[in-house]
Amino acid sequence: MAYELDALTATQQRTDIPDFGSGDTVRVHAKVVEGDKERIQVFEGVVIRKRMKGLVSNFTVRKIASGVGVERTFPINSPRVDKVEVMRRGKVRRKNLYYLRGLTGKAARIKEKRF
Amino acid sequence: MSIEGLLGRKLGTVQVFDDRGRLRGATAVQVGPCYVTQIRTPEREGYSAVQIGFDEVKKLNRPEAGHLRAAGNLKLRHLAEFDARGAAYNVGDRLGAELFEPGQLVDVTADSKGRGFQGGVRRHNFRGGPKTHGQSDRHRAPGSIGSGTTPGRVYKGTRMAGHMGAVRTTVRNLVVISRNDEEGVLFVAGSIPGPQGGLVRVRQAKKVSK
Repeated sequence: MAYELDALTATQQRTDIPDFGSGDTVRVHAKVVEGDKERIQVFEGVVIRKRMKGLVSNFTVRKIASGVGVERTFPINSPRVDKVEVMRRGKVRRKNLYYLRGLTGKAARIKEKRF
Repeated sequence: MSIEGLLGRKLGTVQVFDDRGRLRGATAVQVGPCYVTQIRTPEREGYSAVQIGFDEVKKLNRPEAGHLRAAGNLKLRHLAEFDARGAAYNVGDRLGAELFEPGQLVDVTADSKGRGFQGGVRRHNFRGGPKTHGQSDRHRAPGSIGSGTTPGRVYKGTRMAGHMGAVRTTVRNLVVISRNDEEGVLFVAGSIPGPQGGLVRVRQAKKVSK
């Protein structure tokens, strides 16, 4: 087929999401539906993974909430993601920061990227 | 009301976001452009329908080209008839994906992919024989195909190995998730029969449960 299927779904691709990567601290404004109301929930934490797969790209944010590690994965192009704010750029040496899951407190810190 | 359905082409499977922001598995279907090639009337043919053509090609043989001369000399590879459901069409009218709205249910008919000669396990979901306990050459055997002296024959229609696939298949009540108007492409939830690039019939769902 001459058709490039990705081109057909290109209209759903979002261009308003800032560039960020693993190790960055981001604030994700996610739309949540409660009953018949929709509101925005903010989820702030460290990006431990980002998969770039065109329309279905997603990223995982980890934070410690009330002493418990919480991870949430968002599809980047989802209309349910209102916006993403980059709070801090982290300097890391790998793309999947799964090692953070075993660390807490001081050990789980990430150095800030200096330009 | 408008014409019941159109011809199209299966482009392939994709993932798209639906109106609730969920990522759904879907099939991209190029619908049309189809052209009305003939109007069937009760007076002439004994029933009423609209014949449409799809897929422009460079060359047709003379009888086919002659049939399409009235429809503006278009060279169309595939022809099909649909119920007009009361709408009036003229020969030459161009129809496309705008006939279907997101959220609507459709039936998609196509020839399924040919699977060739397949055994009972694959073709009819037979269980096959035991893998162990001293079995030899019985792992994918069909088992018994009937009784003994009475009736002394194998019943017609008994499920056996044979040719599988490449038959006309309809998948009913698929939701149209979205539409790409520039390309005339529908995104239909779920899978539809046939290979990528295969000819499909898309029509309004006939049996919608309440």
